[in-house]
Amino acid sequence: MRGCAARYPLALTAIWLAASVLAVEAQAEIEFAAWELSGRVSLESRYFPRTGIDPSHQSSNTNGFVVEPKLYVEEAEGSSFTLVPFFRYDSADSVRTHWDLREAYVLLFGELGEGEWEVRVGADRVFWGVAESQHLVDIVNQIDFLEHPNGEVTLGQPMMHVTWTADWGTFEFFGLPYHRPRIYPGQGGRLRFAGLLDDDRVEYESGAEEWHPDFAARYSHSFGPLDIGLSMFNGTSREASLICMPPACQPTGVSDPSNVWIPYYAQIRQFGLDAQLTLDAWLFKFEAMHRSGDRNAFGREQEYGKAYQAAAVGAGGFDDLVGTLREEEYVAAVVGGEYTFYSVFGSTADLGLLAEWNYDERGRKALPRRQPMTLDNDFFVGAHLAFNDVESTEITAAFFTDASRATRTVGVEFDRRLSDQWSLHAESSLILSMDPDDIQWVGRRDSFFEFHLEYNF
Amino acid sequence: MRMKQAYPSAFGLLAPCLVLLSWLGTSLLVHSATPEEIGLKIATDASDKDEGFGNFTATQAMVLRNKQGQESRRQLRVKVLEVNGDGDKSLMVFDEPRDVKGTALLTHGHKQKADDQWLYLPALKRVKRISSSNRSGSFMGSEFSYEDLSTPEVEKYTYRYLRDEPCGDLTCTVTERFPVDKKASGYSRQVVWRDKGELRTWKVEYYDRKDAHLKTLTIGKYQQYLDKYWRAEEMTMVNHLTGKSTVLTWADYQFRTKLKKRDFSKTGLKRAR
Repeated sequence: MRGCAARYPLALTAIWLAASVLAVEAQAEIEFAAWELSGRVSLESRYFPRTGIDPSHQSSNTNGFVVEPKLYVEEAEGSSFTLVPFFRYDSADSVRTHWDLREAYVLLFGELGEGEWEVRVGADRVFWGVAESQHLVDIVNQIDFLEHPNGEVTLGQPMMHVTWTADWGTFEFFGLPYHRPRIYPGQGGRLRFAGLLDDDRVEYESGAEEWHPDFAARYSHSFGPLDIGLSMFNGTSREASLICMPPACQPTGVSDPSNVWIPYYAQIRQFGLDAQLTLDAWLFKFEAMHRSGDRNAFGREQEYGKAYQAAAVGAGGFDDLVGTLREEEYVAAVVGGEYTFYSVFGSTADLGLLAEWNYDERGRKALPRRQPMTLDNDFFVGAHLAFNDVESTEITAAFFTDASRATRTVGVEFDRRLSDQWSLHAESSLILSMDPDDIQWVGRRDSFFEFHLEYNF
Repeated sequence: MRMKQAYPSAFGLLAPCLVLLSWLGTSLLVHSATPEEIGLKIATDASDKDEGFGNFTATQAMVLRNKQGQESRRQLRVKVLEVNGDGDKSLMVFDEPRDVKGTALLTHGHKQKADDQWLYLPALKRVKRISSSNRSGSFMGSEFSYEDLSTPEVEKYTYRYLRDEPCGDLTCTVTERFPVDKKASGYSRQVVWRDKGELRTWKVEYYDRKDAHLKTLTIGKYQQYLDKYWRAEEMTMVNHLTGKSTVLTWADYQFRTKLKKRDFSKTGLKRAR
């Protein structure tokens, strides 16, 4: 559990819990109309057919379990409190053994003219977007890469989330008082980039560090078959620039597993657009974003090298290293669609076919949002076969190919319910080929197979 | 006011009397209206009778049974809001099986065009607009399709009255209905049994696109709410091709609750649990 407390201070958790409880109690003569305990326990296993980049520390297979209960308490007027703690045990990686407060929030809502208001205070998760290959505009929550390299799982984010819904659409405002750093696998873990992250040191551009008040806003509405969302974010980046600083990090760079890096979070601004057009069995999807403020060392290798040498002899420090980084301004987009064939092959099964193109102006310098791809000029082709049987059997396949380089991956997932409470998940995530110049080259040996046996209560 | 056109104009003044007489027996009408007109009138009257319920909530329990007798359960909560001049809005929240607990389906029904549907996936906290064109697919692996469970809007079918026949202690009209949009339905036709007094549906036979008798729905245990609205507690769907069946039990009906339009928005969908 090394470093867990630093990642999400216990004190902060306590503050949110106390605030939540106080908010509930503040309502005089509260009457609990309903409460409910549900959740899941999952036994999981991962197997890597090839040895990793750091075979003396990493192992080829890992076993573990997940516990994720959910407590829901509702008051007579509909206000509620939701608590979702999360814990994972991993046999191979002490960092992947982690816990999180996925959700711990109070929800209040009521009428506002012809529309309504809604307030959520506490830790919560928010999803923005429509695309499947990556979630480009989705930024409120930090990604939990310890869970899965596909970046689908996110950490709980402390927030004040105000929603105003009326006939003209939905407007949401997010006050985000605390930043959750990205978490990376530890020394015993696979699916990590070569080096390790400094456990004790997280650097921020803002003097307020993780307490910088971040803001986000979103407008969304449905116009007949068109669902549209416009969003903006102003605050601490969710993506870290990794700084190589002497003496813990040697000039050997990204391929050296013994290097320890310092994460640095810049102040950024992002504007996003997501739209989906739903016509019969067709879904047409589009996401685009413009971001400024992130820092990148690509293209500044010489300047960085000089600053590194100076730091090595005590003539410079962390700020000088960061000062050499290039401030980025770029656009990125996802465009694609989905078509579903119903009752295929004379059966009750539905077959959905998906295709999306990912673009990132930074090109090869793009940092991966969905590992191990850079998604700068990449095609995604997917298929989803739902058998619509009693066991809800489903098979999903996803193929990614870089249009300009030799990086290709394929993932296949299988899901089936065993009984009303038990279910099975199996998947393979295979790296078919990797371009040696790719930023993810160090992860080329991390194809894996995964298996879950899940109990839902 | 389609019915006005259905009668010869000379009958305009007599129409109220005819409506009254029609409750006594359709034989009088047969001389003045075609089977198509009678069928449409029955469907319209049944729809009109259910107007004004406002909103209701209920729970649904399904028992899915295969040919070998193996059973599987589904449990969900349903909220329905009546919309003047358009299809109903509904929200379905799944409780069982537990792996899909909290998954919710929001439907904005429409009388003419395709419904709008959004699915809420609680694990990702994602609201996804989905295609509503899959009306003939199985609902949760049961013998019910989405089409079978949605309100049969009068405008979405054409009708043909067949005959009257006894059904239990009552007398039923037997009417065929044909989907207007052939692509949007999994059936070539349905045969519907309604009792003549209250126009409650007691039985529906479903014929697939090759006109084979695919499924039979029998409905029972009707209860009246607010002294007006009839709701069934038990619906049994039998698939004659596979031998599988699903028993759908409705419970905890509550009418005219505090539900509002806003509970059927995308924001309201995210509050479903």
